[in-house]
Amino acid sequence: MYLSPEDMTALYLTIRLASTVTIILILVGAPLSWWLARTKSFFKAPVSALVALPLVLPPTVLGFYLLIAMGPSGPIGKVTGLIGFETLAFSYPGLVFASVLYSLPFVVQPLQNAFESIGDRPLEVAATLGADGLQSFFFVAIPMAKPGFLTAAILGFAHTVGEFGVVLMIGGNIPGQTRVVSVQIYDHVEALAYDQAHQLALLLVVFSFTVLLLVYGLQRKFSRSLFSFN
Amino acid sequence: MDISFKNSVCRTLLVFSISSAGIVRAETATIAIASNFGEVARHLVDEFESISDHDVTLVMGASGRFYAQISNGAPFDAFLSADSDKPAELIESGLALSDSVFTYAIGRLALWSKDETLVQDNASALSMNGSHKIAYANPRLAPYGKAALEVIKALSLFNVLEGKLVQGENIAQTYQFVFTRNADLGFVALSQILQGGALVPGSAWVIPKSLHSPIRQNAVLLARARDNLAANEFMRFLKMPASRSIIRSYGYETGDS
Repeated sequence: MYLSPEDMTALYLTIRLASTVTIILILVGAPLSWWLARTKSFFKAPVSALVALPLVLPPTVLGFYLLIAMGPSGPIGKVTGLIGFETLAFSYPGLVFASVLYSLPFVVQPLQNAFESIGDRPLEVAATLGADGLQSFFFVAIPMAKPGFLTAAILGFAHTVGEFGVVLMIGGNIPGQTRVVSVQIYDHVEALAYDQAHQLALLLVVFSFTVLLLVYGLQRKFSRSLFSFN
Repeated sequence: MDISFKNSVCRTLLVFSISSAGIVRAETATIAIASNFGEVARHLVDEFESISDHDVTLVMGASGRFYAQISNGAPFDAFLSADSDKPAELIESGLALSDSVFTYAIGRLALWSKDETLVQDNASALSMNGSHKIAYANPRLAPYGKAALEVIKALSLFNVLEGKLVQGENIAQTYQFVFTRNADLGFVALSQILQGGALVPGSAWVIPKSLHSPIRQNAVLLARARDNLAANEFMRFLKMPASRSIIRSYGYETGDS
């Protein structure tokens, strides 16, 4: 199997992007889904709807509107213009931003489900024992929602690896910055370089399968240890 | 009585021959068309259908995808590619008819900006200083991108511009980058920035043909449509002087101009 340096760069970039995005998504998603799971606020429905919205738009359409929004006269472009970034498009930070938006529902929904399934009881117990909100979040909710975190991280990571349409629209195909594996495979296909496309696609599938296998294997161990704890 | 009988027989025959001619002649062709030619193609099909009984269905998309689909049995009758390579490859593999290939349009390249004053009628905008971005189509995939790269190299600007270049997957996306001002400048197709014969808002330099090799867009009849009257006639129609002048009015050139 022969992989060109460009293919390797694309592969490395994809893994870096997916890891960064997963970490950000967990950090952002955890408090957001905790709030969604516990709140009785009027805003729960609108915020839930907003989070799920990237599922509705086809990725290229979402990417197109991100492109408009990131332009110098768009709302995001105006904000980034203040700190000297004329546009977030065609840059790695821009890609991270778009991917976080795009994969948000895949992280928030499993987390929210996990938090909701804890129920009121353990939190009431924690409160009786004198835990405040933050303490019960960190020492009760998060440990109890561990399987949810695992699922959320897997989905966020996998979804970002498989992301294509959004990157295609805002990336600009810059090696090491925005040319991820999915775009590289597409380029090979479009250039009728099917052999290179097959090799890279195979590698991507094998890599992803291995990662998912490891994580699901861990998850089984996890749930077993939870049972034995009981 | 004899006369009126003859008349009615004639009329019946006439009606019969017209309707049977209609039944035999009206066919349908499905034609795969490179997206950059979409608007012209719709115009041409309207003209074609107004003078012909045949129906033409257009499917627009990326030429590389069409190539892959046709190679795997997609039910297209003719293929208007954005380049000359893919029709040649299809002929090579026996999926298209070698005697049917012809250049239906020759693309013109333009350097375009949404900024009304940025681009003069020369290459000066390319060598200005600053952190601006310059968009062009992926030269590996898009003939307009390949031509743009040739222009940059002909002007000996590649080293200067390398860090500023961003690539669209195709010429439509390159247009979007410039249109949304995410890129300050871009190499687009002249046909994209002409509307009713006038330039759309912004500033542009129509790049001299001498700076790049011709962007030949070739059409080919696919093997399965050898006897499809609609497809054959539409290909003939594309070569007619009236059709060629429509094609030119959209910012392309044709072989005979």
